[in-house]
Amino acid sequence: MAEKMQLNEVEVWDGNLAAAQALRQAQVDVVAAYPITPSTPIVENYGYFVANGYVDGEYVMVESEHAAMSACVGAAAAGGRVATATSSQGFMLMIEVLYQASGMRVPLVLTVANRAVASPLNVRGDHGDMYAGRDSGWVQMDAFNAQEAYDLTLCAFKIGEDMRVRLPVMVHQDGFLTSHTAQNVHPLQDDEAYKFVGDYKPYEEMLDFSKPVTYGAQTEEDWHFEHKARQHKALFDSAAVIDEVFEEFKKLTGREYKRVESYMMEDAEVAIVALGTTVETARVAAEELRKEEGIKAGVVAPRVFRPFPFNEIRDALANVKAVAVLDRSAPMGAMGALFNEISAAMYTTPNRPLITNFIYGLGGRDFPVSEAKRIFKEQKAHADAGYITTPIQQFSGVRGPKLGFFETKRS
Amino acid sequence: MIEIRWHSRAGQGAVTGAKGLGDVVARTGKEVQAFALYGSAKRGAAMRAYNRIDDKPIINHEKFMRPDYVLVIDPALAFTDNITENDKPTTKYIITTHLSKDELIAQIPELQDKKDRVYVVDAIGISMDTIGRSIPNTPMLGALMKVSGMFDLDFFLESMKRVLSKFPQKIIDANMEAIKRAYNEVY
Repeated sequence: MAEKMQLNEVEVWDGNLAAAQALRQAQVDVVAAYPITPSTPIVENYGYFVANGYVDGEYVMVESEHAAMSACVGAAAAGGRVATATSSQGFMLMIEVLYQASGMRVPLVLTVANRAVASPLNVRGDHGDMYAGRDSGWVQMDAFNAQEAYDLTLCAFKIGEDMRVRLPVMVHQDGFLTSHTAQNVHPLQDDEAYKFVGDYKPYEEMLDFSKPVTYGAQTEEDWHFEHKARQHKALFDSAAVIDEVFEEFKKLTGREYKRVESYMMEDAEVAIVALGTTVETARVAAEELRKEEGIKAGVVAPRVFRPFPFNEIRDALANVKAVAVLDRSAPMGAMGALFNEISAAMYTTPNRPLITNFIYGLGGRDFPVSEAKRIFKEQKAHADAGYITTPIQQFSGVRGPKLGFFETKRS
Repeated sequence: MIEIRWHSRAGQGAVTGAKGLGDVVARTGKEVQAFALYGSAKRGAAMRAYNRIDDKPIINHEKFMRPDYVLVIDPALAFTDNITENDKPTTKYIITTHLSKDELIAQIPELQDKKDRVYVVDAIGISMDTIGRSIPNTPMLGALMKVSGMFDLDFFLESMKRVLSKFPQKIIDANMEAIKRAYNEVY
């Protein structure tokens, strides 16, 4: 039996320790990992917990992230509760195997401290790695602070392992801004947390020799498409289970999560849509603007990036006039991915708000409250004019000549 | 909200100091945030660490800060780093130095008009005497307690004992002595 750890009602943890504690409390059987900044402390802490008897688990050292994710898929197919962590280049090296995991429908949890992708080399936070996972067939949830990194990691096991889902789940947090920022965290005690996550229920596990099964079969044009279509539907259908798990978590802790989070949106005229810590910084800006200038500003944030909450986004932005969608990833010759998805959702509503795109914060560039306020004010100008008064895509916080792309076509 | 900026070199314990302070403060019911800015940190490189303390949850994640306290734990950084950056008319400075306050201020033009808000303590000397190594973070916290009046000395010592509990008793005792000396010697 693993040793219990006595936790205080309030701990001061960074996002990495918060995620690691959730892995410990879920009593993960296998962690195969190849550490990389800024997610290193997640698996480092898990290793410490194993070595000191706080987890009855196995820490597998491997030679690369590709091997780490491969070992995780194997362990999950064998019938264990499995997790690992990565960032940036490590995430990129895992990508091939991410698709294997979701295609084989093995539930496992990947905690990601988001970091910029080279070149140039940069260890700091942006969402380039998270975006690269968006077609991989995983559930992707996004934490905006350390408390949420802890909460969502516990929820991740329960969601992915549910027999109606059986899909791998990623929990994202901002590199450094969350992963290395210590804040007040209210953890559950070990027994409570484990009871919430529940015992791992094996399904078609390879270690059941009485019932041999195949994982990773080959299907050509005869069956591949049907398989992928089912997988796509399963990911969309996981939304209902995610809602159930969030509801159960709220009953246990009082902390409420929704697939789309809305702040000050009841009467909002302008909104920022963003991911990660920026959501909270933008809330500070919205509160101040409401007080200082009477601008009805609000913030909308996809808590669950995949399955994409198409309907909930439409509801959240049903009554706004102008929306700035913030992408913390270089789209390289396109509009930002979040902008495209929000725009597609809003195009199918009677209220088609004016939507613009900001690329910001790459490689950890600061996103200050003052800049969030400036962006809100620009949205207010669009709303008052009734059309987009700036280029549709702009860069926020970059040095050099002002960059802007595409104007609205007006007759 | 109280905001604190640490000027340090990687390896001097600013991150540990900022997190330790956060730990102590959080147990008094307040909300805290502790973070640091460094690249792929090399021991000895200049870096900054930050604390925010508030009565309500801290949701501001910007790095930009107008600090209430600037803590300089490496003596040379008072000369080479921009320690007065984004300061306020009320910002207080606590600077590690073996110089007297007058000698130090005389050499740093940016501090000329802030004399009444500058405090000095020889945190390096104190840590060498007590801990036996140049780890000026805990003595700096002792000085901060005196200058800010955040907590009384006995409460802070008791709290720090808990924060340092994973260390051997000898190291805990040395740190307690360092905090006490800095508390009494800062001026």
